Amino acid sequence: MTSRFGALTDAPASFLLAGVRAVDPAAGSDTVRDLAVVDGRIVNGAGVPEGIPRLDGHGLVVAPGFCDLHAHLREPGMEGAETIASGSRAAAHGGFTTVCAMPNTDPPLDEAARVAWIVSLARDASARVRVVAAVTHGRVGEALTDVGELTANGAVAFSDDGAAIPTARLARSALLGIGPLGVPLIEHAEDPTLASGTLMRSGPVATRLGLAGWPPSAELVIVERDIALAEETGGRLHLTHLSTAAALDAVRRAKDRGVRVTCDVTPHHLAMSDAWVAGDRAFSWEAQSDVASDPFGQPVDAQVAFDGACRVNPPLPAREDALAVLRGLADGSIDAIATDHAPHPPERTLVEFAEAAPGMIGLETALSIGLAAVDAGCLSLAALLTALSTGPAALIGEERGLGPGTSADMVVFDPSGRWRVDRDTLASRSANTPLLGRGLPGVVRLTVADGRVMFDEGLGLLV
Amino acid sequence: MTAVAAGPRTWKRRHLLDVDQLTRPELEAILDEAAELRKQRANAELDEAARRLRGHTVGLAFYEPSTRTRVSFELAARELGATVVHLSVAGSSVVKGESLIDSMLTLERAGVHTVVLRHAAAGAPYLVARATGLRVLNAGDGAHAHPTQALLDALTLREALGGSLEGRTIAIVGDVAHSRVARSNLHALTRLGARVVLGGPPSWVVGFHAWPGVRVAAGLQDALHDAEAVMTLRVQLERIGGDGVGSLREYTRRWGLDEERMSWARPGAPILHPGPTNEGIELTAELAAGERSLIGRQVSNGVAVRMAVLPHLAAEVDR
Repeated sequence: MTSRFGALTDAPASFLLAGVRAVDPAAGSDTVRDLAVVDGRIVNGAGVPEGIPRLDGHGLVVAPGFCDLHAHLREPGMEGAETIASGSRAAAHGGFTTVCAMPNTDPPLDEAARVAWIVSLARDASARVRVVAAVTHGRVGEALTDVGELTANGAVAFSDDGAAIPTARLARSALLGIGPLGVPLIEHAEDPTLASGTLMRSGPVATRLGLAGWPPSAELVIVERDIALAEETGGRLHLTHLSTAAALDAVRRAKDRGVRVTCDVTPHHLAMSDAWVAGDRAFSWEAQSDVASDPFGQPVDAQVAFDGACRVNPPLPAREDALAVLRGLADGSIDAIATDHAPHPPERTLVEFAEAAPGMIGLETALSIGLAAVDAGCLSLAALLTALSTGPAALIGEERGLGPGTSADMVVFDPSGRWRVDRDTLASRSANTPLLGRGLPGVVRLTVADGRVMFDEGLGLLV
Repeated sequence: MTAVAAGPRTWKRRHLLDVDQLTRPELEAILDEAAELRKQRANAELDEAARRLRGHTVGLAFYEPSTRTRVSFELAARELGATVVHLSVAGSSVVKGESLIDSMLTLERAGVHTVVLRHAAAGAPYLVARATGLRVLNAGDGAHAHPTQALLDALTLREALGGSLEGRTIAIVGDVAHSRVARSNLHALTRLGARVVLGGPPSWVVGFHAWPGVRVAAGLQDALHDAEAVMTLRVQLERIGGDGVGSLREYTRRWGLDEERMSWARPGAPILHPGPTNEGIELTAELAAGERSLIGRQVSNGVAVRMAVLPHLAAEVDR
């Protein structure tokens, strides 16, 4: 099979997908049917013209296109790791039709012209690239950016991701200033005074490895602070990459009180745990490996221990926290899966653990990790697809659905197919993930955004 | 643990990264070998047959300052007939920003077979073991591990306590949390059947209660109670103030060892210290130089242990 990428500037597509399982969280439906797209719009069976390509959809699933609220596309400044073009192809390969680019570029996306430049650069990308603008000038946490002008130029949210807004006073100003614009403040909830100098989640594995431990309070104190500020100001708060049960409980309580707070979790915080730093490679819902169940007694696996690709912020969680956020996703307490796709070149990750740049790529493995959780019985397919598509899309004002008349925006995947994560199968310019070399379930066959084919794995729509 | 006929000749590994790699029979075998080498060396009995590393090049790459570990590795390698080269970090490309892997690949291409690596980052030897063809001997990585120190400590304890460490109680006092020596000793001592009691300020022993075979004591007297030997650790002066210990005086008042406090331990209990000591802080100068002190013995055992270990890594390929 050959995989090919299209662009948003291509001509609208027409095809009929016969006998496909259509899961539409917007309609709450899950049915096997024919789905036709004509000139980029979904049409009823009656209106399908003769002669359009007819694809066999048996065994495949179609869902609304995925939306990633949190990705680092590295342009401008770190184009060796990723670009708008390569990052959008990685998105399309992962089934994402929207990808939100975080502003920690060089220079940062803190001025209207820079936001507008990204928007224009992305016009012929392989996914819609939306911009999350910096909430403070230079992302240094001192003065708010011109949030109104940035929004007018395309910013769909604000964040100083990589760090929390350092002071409660500034976070309060941000929530007040952004609130009327109808866009969220995306907060990286991590207290710098507690997190600084730490390298992995505190716990038995950190104790054993001699790596400075990150206390879960580092996340909780900022979550509690920001919830109080959102409640007081009425601002819209979105907490990204939650990694602890305690923070999730705080969000649940706030939601119950009617605070305007939402949250996401990354695939790696669902599936991986702190034991991965010691060389464990079992997903959180799988039987525990030796080093995870007996972190002091078992030898670490020298072939994988201290892998720089396992260094992320917030750090890979304790297993019980991973399972808690997985339950939060299953019960709808968590609004979205966001990848925190963080490409780095080899010279930033094939280094001493303490020197490794934090973060791993995620756009192309998010669906597969989610399907592994579904296969394990921890998550329904509907909950997974909601968290990947309609859930996050709603938070930035995008609509999703498979109903007739709508612009075709969808992913088609083979849930029983498997693929191997390696440099050749990844569209990203970077390959920093501890999943490298691993076989995963779920092969994306087709991604359609704005009625155009963005990615085609052997279906023959792009030639 | 089942009895395994794991004599010295079967102990073949490409790397020694931590004690956790070694089974109890392997540990016992290496200690037996080191004891024999120590005797031969003391009696000037090391002959040509002992020069098992002829034609083998050992690189010493010390990214952190070290006296006793570096010197004892160099002496051990030379006694075994190896060629020894130094990567002196201050005068190397490291100061130009060369990465660890690149520096190690340079050593490998220049003909180094085994690298002895001391590095401030936990896990650095694992990276080198994966990314190069070098045999790697961990001479201390961050707060993670210092396997040959644990072996020489075990040898010293075995000598002092008259043989097996099975069922013996050893106290380790001080900054356990930031100590690679403590961690490797916990692996070695518990694997050899000893019980370990840890003592130190709460933030310096936090989390260690979960280590099987280990007890965290409530205070110094509790830590020393029943101890048949006491190991105290170096206080890193930069840890004082912000890290749960207000001042050196506060540390010494609560955790410093002197002859009087040693009476809380079993009669005649010896004292060990990995060095370099801060005399007057972890222990008094009198104690460090006194009859209980095994600090000098630890250093001379260090050469013997390193002589015992080095040929095993070479053997993995050459035999």
